[in-house]
Order: sequence, then structure tokens, then C-alpha cells
Amino acid sequence: MSDYLLEMRGISKSFPGVKALDNVTIKVRPGTVHALMGENGAGKSTLMKCLFGIYKMDEGEVYLEGEKVHIANADDALHKGIAMVHQELQPIPERSIAENIFCGRYPTKKVGPFPIVDHKRMYEEAEQLLKEVRMEYDPKAKLGTLSISQMQSVEIAKAVSMNAKVVILDEPTSSLTDNEVEALFRIVNDLRKKGVGIIYISHKMDEILRISDDVSIMRDGQYIGTWEAKSLTIDTIIAKMVGRELSNMYPPRDNVPGEVVLEAKGLTSVLPKSFKDVSFTLRRGEILGLGGLVGAQRSELMEALFGVRHLASGEILLEGKPIKVNSPKDAIRNGIGLITEDRRGTGIFSVLSIADNVSVASLDKYVEMKIVLNDKKIEQLVQDNVAKLSIKTPSSKTLIQSLSGGNQQKVIISRWLANDPDILIMDEPTRGIDVGAKYEIYQIMIELAKQGKAIVMISSEMSELLGMSDRILVMCNGRLTGELSGEEATQEKVMHFATQFN
Amino acid sequence: MNKTKNVDAKKLISENILIIIVLAMAVGVGIYRPNFLSGDNFANLAMNTASRFIIALGISGCLITKGNDLSAGRTVGLGACIAGTLLQKADYSGKFFPNLPEMNLFLVLLICIGICCIFGFINGCVVSFWQVPPFIATLGMQTIVYGICMVYTKNVPLGGYRDDYLNIAKGRLFGVIPYFFLIATVVGAFMWFLYNKTRHGKYMYAIGGNEAAAEVAGINVAKTKIKIYVLASALFALAGFMLGSKAGGASVNTGLSYELEAIAECTIGGVSTNGGVGKVSGILVGVLVFEILKSSMQFLKIDTSWQYIVQGAVIIIAVALDLRKYLAKK
Repeated sequence: MSDYLLEMRGISKSFPGVKALDNVTIKVRPGTVHALMGENGAGKSTLMKCLFGIYKMDEGEVYLEGEKVHIANADDALHKGIAMVHQELQPIPERSIAENIFCGRYPTKKVGPFPIVDHKRMYEEAEQLLKEVRMEYDPKAKLGTLSISQMQSVEIAKAVSMNAKVVILDEPTSSLTDNEVEALFRIVNDLRKKGVGIIYISHKMDEILRISDDVSIMRDGQYIGTWEAKSLTIDTIIAKMVGRELSNMYPPRDNVPGEVVLEAKGLTSVLPKSFKDVSFTLRRGEILGLGGLVGAQRSELMEALFGVRHLASGEILLEGKPIKVNSPKDAIRNGIGLITEDRRGTGIFSVLSIADNVSVASLDKYVEMKIVLNDKKIEQLVQDNVAKLSIKTPSSKTLIQSLSGGNQQKVIISRWLANDPDILIMDEPTRGIDVGAKYEIYQIMIELAKQGKAIVMISSEMSELLGMSDRILVMCNGRLTGELSGEEATQEKVMHFATQFN
Repeated sequence: MNKTKNVDAKKLISENILIIIVLAMAVGVGIYRPNFLSGDNFANLAMNTASRFIIALGISGCLITKGNDLSAGRTVGLGACIAGTLLQKADYSGKFFPNLPEMNLFLVLLICIGICCIFGFINGCVVSFWQVPPFIATLGMQTIVYGICMVYTKNVPLGGYRDDYLNIAKGRLFGVIPYFFLIATVVGAFMWFLYNKTRHGKYMYAIGGNEAAAEVAGINVAKTKIKIYVLASALFALAGFMLGSKAGGASVNTGLSYELEAIAECTIGGVSTNGGVGKVSGILVGVLVFEILKSSMQFLKIDTSWQYIVQGAVIIIAVALDLRKYLAKK
């Protein structure tokens, strides 16, 4: 019997033109949490996809409890005891929790010669499983009624029900509130006590250091090493991940806030459960942080300012004059830009080129004779932005989907800069972006502020909020609960305001 | 380096497998029945291609924005019937409107386009404002247009067309270039310009690529989609007008199921049903390939029933191959 529950030895995988994995080895001990870290594009997801048989590895072997195994596909992996809770969950929201857990392997009973689904047993077993992941919920409820964190718990319950020996959690906390993270960690600890090996993929350093026993780090498809979590600090992890010392996570802020450019008075959503009576001001040259828990309606508030959502009441004053924003087009005309939180869902046009992605919101400027687009000027715009924001791409004709997350984000920033907005709203501007590119995005934000643009940054990352904001607004449950200057803000104060329910 | 070249060649073959098979088939038929490569057959092929190309271009905008227009064939039929009723010989015994004076050809074309555009406009509005899936919305419209066409023509087959109308199909500019070829070229050039050089084109690709992102980028999605469906109907009407001239007659069954062929042609030509992708040049190739396929089968004297079966299979395979490209990338 091997000391290790799961061993992946010498895994290599090439895609046309790139070596995605180069002789990577990962060994997971039973009853431990094994963090897998690396910048985006380091090969973490590729490695996990190889483990799951989604990709075929070119070289390498997988051992499960000391025995060599061949995993043909995800279903095969599940039956061999390897389960994965995906970054993007793939549940069936219109069916019950129990059906989601037992999807594809419903308990059956025989009626005559015909097997039919045994609902009674399914619900009983589901209830038992939910208890194991500390969830008191009716298994007959529709899955769609749960929050994302609860859905995640259901996914874990599903893994438990299949007696998974190895559970992979891929960025499980990216959209969870602190309380939900605590709940998840309790479940993870329960699993660990049962001897399950957990592979934990995350970008959040403090969480990694708290929850994991071992940390493996990858960089550019190569395995850098495995360390005990106790022996690491955030700085040493970052240094190993980027292969260089990052003295400071945030660039120095030398922008100077100026006069008020936008004033919002009593903004209230048309939706009853969304934001209510929110008033604030925004200054030129300022980075205004907007903090709060997930569900605090921060994105909704900003989307209303941008015309994607609608106001029931309230007033928006731009340089003292009231404006109406009923559509994104109105917002753009008034010099407002929005970089959405869900880059893939509402940001990039994945099948289009970088040039098209950059120019799509500002084409009106490049029309000649009322119809024809001036391709040369558009190309010039794209080249300028590629150079200015140092977007790493072979050409402007390259499809955006082939870029890394950080470069995609820069393309979207370029899209808005092309309109030369006075106000740029950035919703989670560095979500899912690796450490190096984050720093560059921060530099861009400061540079824009120095040019006199006003920036609103929604961020769920506490250190980013504290590190980047000149001023911080905190929301809770649709209401504005506090305002802090950059100097006085601390994690505790922000959390205090963020949890002012009722 | 060599290895990536191999991979590219393989990819090129697998992505264009249908085109390669059909061309190989055409060469085979050409050797087996030399008439296939005659000037007459090429002229015939060109005539068929012209109207089908225009229909395919019409439907391509819908497909690129992840939509569809299943009312295409029936709209073509309606266009042909309207033209037919207005362009009959004064002395034709079965004249639909016995007292109708001789109308200008171009005016009739505009009437056809104008009436058909109403249905395109409704399609666009239903898809944009009621959010009815385009497949269902236009399927419903298909039946509506068919019914309207039956009411209008009272189910009477139309014929006895004026010579100037028939001459559109028969005539040639300076005795050399067929008018059909000319019309198709102008429409093709217009669409290429529209897709590549205008905001409308860019917005169309953007909506097809990611509708939610297009909305956030300030694109008026509803307006763009309505324009696309109206333009599609206009092109269907034009194609119907042309087909009437070519056939010398029209009935409620003119244009039956042309939409399926147009979808197949677009897909063979690289328009993705996944949205956001498609070129005018590709559509032309798709139409040519499909027409060559049909012509080859006729030359091989394959039974008509079997031709339907083969065409249907090709449509399904074309879409399947298209979707495979995107699945393989995951």
C-alpha cells in the first residue's frame, strides 16, 4: 500500500504550439487538503482535465491507492472515486436537489419487470447526505432556489454519495461570502477527517494557508514543487508562483482626487429586493471602492447607473446636470463605461478578433460618409491600445479566446478607453486574473485616475479594496451602510458595515 | 514545425470534408457523363446558384445572430406569386387581375420586396421583443405566409408571364453576362460590404458572438436583429421574383423548403449555427457545392426520392460537422 492516495507521475500534455504540461508530478496523501497553485495558464486546469480523462495526456501515469489506473472519461473518474466540484457548477436548476444528487443513477425499484425510480428512497438518502454536509434543506426543493454556496454543498454531497476518495475543489470560494467560506471549510474538514484527499485550487492565498496541509505550485506548465503549508507565507507562495519577488502587491497610488463629477441621489431599483435609496458622489481622478458581501446589490447598483438595469426613483447628476440613463447607449453618450464582472458572459466576444472586441463600442467614431467604417483608423486604435496596455497578442486579428484572462481584461478596458469615458465602472476587475497581470491592471487604473477619470471599483477581495481605493463605500443588503476614506479603512471596519443587515 | 503543418492540413481537410467529397463526386460524374462538364450544364448551374445564393445570404444574417428564418421558402413563394399576379400578359386567358394595366417591372419588384418585408419585420419584432426563439417564431411565420399566399392566389397556379419579365432569366447584358449572374454579383458585393465595412455588420457578428456582451457594449440588439430579418425577407422576395421569371410560372408551392437548403448551404460554407461566424465568400462556396451535389445526382439519374434523402442527410451532417469544430476546442 502506497503512502499516497493519488499520484500523478510525469504528466505531459501538448497542444498545437504549446507545451501545456511538462513532466508534472502531484502526490496527494489521504486525509489532507492539497492546494494546487499557480498563475492562470500555469496548467492547473489542464492537469485536472487530464486526471478526468477530458484531455488525453501524452505521457505520464496515474496511481490511485498505489494501483495504476487508466481513466477514460469523467464518468469513469467518478466511478473510480474521483469527484470534482467545478469552477462553474453544472446543475439542473429546475429539478429537485435529490434528483441533482442522484442524476444518472437514480435508486430504482421493480414494478413487475420494469424498473422505476424509487422516489421515497431517493429523498431519504438525499436528506441523509445533505446532513453530512451540514445542510438542513428539503431534498424535494428545486435546486434553483439555492444560493451558489448551497449548490456547491450539494455538489459535495454528490461526491460524498459516490464514496469519492479524491475530491477536487476548483476555485470553490470565488463567489462565496465569508460566512459561506466558513461553512465550506467545515465540510472540507469533515471530509479530511474521513480520510478523503482534497485537491484545492484557488487564488486566495490566505485561504490556502488556512485550510491546506500541502501546497504544490506550478508555473508555465511545469511542476515547481510541493511544500508543507506551515512552512509557507503569502510572499513565498507568490514568489514561487511568479518566479520573481513581488515586493508589493499594489503599485503606489499617486493620483489626486479632484472635483465631483457624478452625484447619485436616492437611487432605488425597480426590483423590490435590490438596492434602495443609495446616494453617493464620485470625484475626478478618484478610485472609489465599492465593498460588501456577495448579494449586497453592488453590481446591480452600478448596472443601473449604466442603464442595463432600471431605476424606480432617484436622480443622477453629471457635473451638476441631471441625466437619464435608460440604456447602455445613454450611459456611453454621457461618458460612462462599464467593465462587467462576468468577463466571459457579458464581456468578451470569444469568436471575434481582438480588433473587433476593442472597437465594438466605439464604431460610431469611425464611420465615414455615414456608412463606411474606416478600417485603417480602427487598426490604429487597436494598435495604440495593444501598445499602451501592453496586451500580449500575436496580432490584432487573433481571436480573443486565445488570450489569457489578464489580456482579455485589458482588451475590454481598451474597448471602453476607446470611448474616452469620464467615468469607468470596473466590476471585479481582477477576478480570475493571475498575480502579474493584476499588478498591471492596477497600474492602468491609477494611470487613468491620473488622467482625471473617475473609477468605481467593485471588489470582493478585501486586500484589493483596501489597497486600491481612495475612498470606500460599503453596501449591505441593497443599502449603503458606510463610507470610509482610504486611510481610515481597515478590514474590520469594512466588514462591520458590510454586515449591517436590517 | 512539420508536425503543426500536418495538423493544420488535417484540420483543413476535416473542416471542409463535405466540400471535398462533393467536388470529388463532381469530377467522378464529369468522367462518367461528360455532358456534366458542358457549357449548358454550367449555365444551368449558374442560374440555379444565383437565386439560391441570394436566399442563403438572406438567411445568413439570421444564422450568424444565432437565429433562423424558417419562413424563407414560403416568403420566396409569396414573392414569386405577387410578381406572377402583376406581370401576366394582357391577353393571357387566365389573367389573375383581368383589368390590370401593364406595370413597370421594377415597381413590381419593389412591391414584392415591400410586402415580404412586412413579414420580416414581424419576425424581427417577435424575436427581439417577445423573445420567442427564432426557430419557433419563424416556423409559425412559415405557416402564416403559406396561408396568406393561398388566400391571395386562391390556390390558382400562375403563368402567362410577360416577355420582359421572362427575359430577366433568359437575357444577358451585352449578350454575354446573364442578368441573373449580374444580380447575384451585385447582391453578393452589397452583402460583403454590409458585413465587413459597416456598423451593422460588426454589430451582427457581435450579437452572434455574445448577445449579453453586445447589450452592455451599447449595441441596440433589437434594432439590429429587426434589420437583419427585414433584409432577409427583402432578399427572399428578390429571389422569388427571379425564380418566377426563370420558371415562367409560380404557385403556392414555389420555394417549398428552400430554407433548409439555404441553412445547409450556409453551414457547408462555414456559417456557424453557434453564432458570430460566417463569410459571404464561404456562403457562395456552400451554395455552389450544394448545387453541384444536386446536379450530380440528376446526372447520375438518381431517383428523386433518393435525392431528398441524400440532401436531408447532407444538411444534418453539415451542421454536425460545424458543431464538432466547437466541441473539439473544449
